[in-house]
Amino acid sequence: MKIFKKLTAMVMAIGVLIGSSAFADTVKIAFIDPLSGPFATTGSNGLAEWKFAVEKLVNEKGGVLGGKKMEVVALDNKMDGKESLIQVQVAIDQGIRFIAQGNSSGIANAITDMVKKHNKRNPDKRVIFINYSAVDPALTNDKCNFWHFRFDANADIKMDAITDVIAQVPSIKKMYLIGQDYSFGKAVAAAAEKYLAEKTSINIVGNELHPIGKVKDFTPYARKILASGADAVITGNWGADMVNLGRSLSESGFKGPIYCYYCASNGITGTFGAAGKGMLHLVGEGLHNPATPELTAYHKAFKAKYPKWDLSQPRIINAAQMLAAAINKAGTADDMVAVASALEGMEFDSKLLGTKVLMRAKDHQAIQNVHVGIHTDDVEIDYDNSGYGIKIFKTVEMASMDSATSCKMKRP
Amino acid sequence: MDLIIINIIDGLIYGLLLFMLSSGLTLIFSMMGVLNLSHAAFYMLGAYFAYQISLVIGFWVGLIVAPVLVTILGALVERYGLRRVHQYGHVPELIFTFGLFFVIEESVQYIWGRNMVPYNSPESLNFIAINLAGGSIPAYKVFMLLVSVAIFVALYYVLARTRIGMIIQAALSYPKTVEALGHNVPLVFMGVFGVGTGLAGLAGVIAGPSLTTFPGMAFLLGSIVFVCVVVGGLGSLTGAFLASLLIGWLQTFAASYNIGAADILIAMGYEYPKDVYYHPWRDLWTLTLPQIGPILPYLLLILVLVFRPYGLFGRRDS
Repeated sequence: MKIFKKLTAMVMAIGVLIGSSAFADTVKIAFIDPLSGPFATTGSNGLAEWKFAVEKLVNEKGGVLGGKKMEVVALDNKMDGKESLIQVQVAIDQGIRFIAQGNSSGIANAITDMVKKHNKRNPDKRVIFINYSAVDPALTNDKCNFWHFRFDANADIKMDAITDVIAQVPSIKKMYLIGQDYSFGKAVAAAAEKYLAEKTSINIVGNELHPIGKVKDFTPYARKILASGADAVITGNWGADMVNLGRSLSESGFKGPIYCYYCASNGITGTFGAAGKGMLHLVGEGLHNPATPELTAYHKAFKAKYPKWDLSQPRIINAAQMLAAAINKAGTADDMVAVASALEGMEFDSKLLGTKVLMRAKDHQAIQNVHVGIHTDDVEIDYDNSGYGIKIFKTVEMASMDSATSCKMKRP
Repeated sequence: MDLIIINIIDGLIYGLLLFMLSSGLTLIFSMMGVLNLSHAAFYMLGAYFAYQISLVIGFWVGLIVAPVLVTILGALVERYGLRRVHQYGHVPELIFTFGLFFVIEESVQYIWGRNMVPYNSPESLNFIAINLAGGSIPAYKVFMLLVSVAIFVALYYVLARTRIGMIIQAALSYPKTVEALGHNVPLVFMGVFGVGTGLAGLAGVIAGPSLTTFPGMAFLLGSIVFVCVVVGGLGSLTGAFLASLLIGWLQTFAASYNIGAADILIAMGYEYPKDVYYHPWRDLWTLTLPQIGPILPYLLLILVLVFRPYGLFGRRDS
């Protein structure tokens, strides 16, 4: 079996080498995310967004370096850390210099370590890591390095934005924090405690973690939240845990808002439908509604090509364009020090998403407008083809622009 | 006090849902002497069938048609799959149902995708039925309760009071004698397997809108159903009923009260550590009842097996 696997890998590698040599004049981005297994939908959705962004926003506008096309090479990491590192190596061996990954901060941590080591040992074959979704704050703090760039707002920035918005809602006096019992759930709870105490006098009436993916019926949790007298809930839940929590709360008679990180797209918006109207408050960059005319046209073209998928990770639009701009500015797609230096500190005017994006030089964290949006059917751009989507409720301009970082960047 | 009443009702609804699954499983066990490991997969099929039908026709048609489809599918599985494997003994049967679980689970993902699907309760049941001091119980939950009770009554009536029930019970214990009396025992077996899986399908139909219809639903509920059956006593319908209710309440109450290990330790005279996040016993100090809630049924399972190996109402000693 192992020999068979190795053989197929070799055959595939040879095929790829032959295939790639025919298009040797393209600038390749290796997309490394789950394309099979339970998380395949998230990965496949991201891949569609990347391919479309590169095609529409870079290649159709003349490509990079005076006519070179950019190309997204999909590599399946099966949502596994080890497999991801193998795929990074595969990409490097193919001569790919840009690695894009986003699903799971655990995997992003592993990749950033590997990239750092690889670049130190192989100065002639350096690569850049484009992190388009992993939100663990550590990646741009203690674990930061010159080769890593994050285009999403990290978990702390998002909480900063949520609490900015909450501070403006005077009816919220009691808050309940609930999350999945693992690192991300704990990080959300800790950030919420910190920011709520700094900015508001809101009383935290509950702070609990439930077993991840094991709670069958959230009704008792909903009863408890109701009994605590909470006016609002903050949760980092995703997947079925998010839907079941939200649904139990609305069924039990909870009327307040639920502030959430991952309560849209991937079937969640469609499943909530009318039940989530006015209840779900999603935090994120690049929320669509109201949409700029450019974004409406872009979305329409995207849907024509990928009717099944959503523009669920809008920062990909920025990442593709900013990378192209950095390559053009550096005048090379081979010297990674030049490209990374061009990307560092870059200010980009994202017309599609209606925001400025600043790639902060001190930690490589993208600073951009972060919104809190409400789940509603009053939208131009929907999710899950359900007629429901997220409409912007409040915007925090250039969120956490001056936030501190523990990053001590070492530059080559 | 009000919270306790609401929790009792919530636990009852959840427990009765578990019973709908475990009743079919325990009947099939009495018949074949083997656990149907694919049982929860039929539960998932029920939900997805009903979702598909609700898209085209409506919820109420799905409520009737989906369980019938699952029943037919279950009967076919028994007739053309299990019956052939049966002659080779119990282990092949067990492996057969084990494999079937994954085949069904993967097929569902292939057809309906890996995301959750928007299968929701009908508009006519989208209102609050009962209001109890700050908490409300939606009409759909009451409907779930009524369906479960109706199934329990019907099942009990058929098995205990009708001729068919007598033949089934006799065929379960003395298949050779019943066959000698001129009854078609293989047909009885096929019927029991079909109805058993059909009950799981019905459970899926009514649980889908409440517990979310997604590819992990079979795995999530599957293990707990085995606990109900084993705790109640394999093959005992009464046992399955009481064990389902017990586990329903156990899980509901465990999730409802944030009693922490810290409360108990302080009551025992220990002092709460100053900086608990850096304390060597931090995991113990911060442990709460809802966090250990999901493992309580399995703890019960182990205790029952240690002290009453046949379960609470089990009679089988072969």
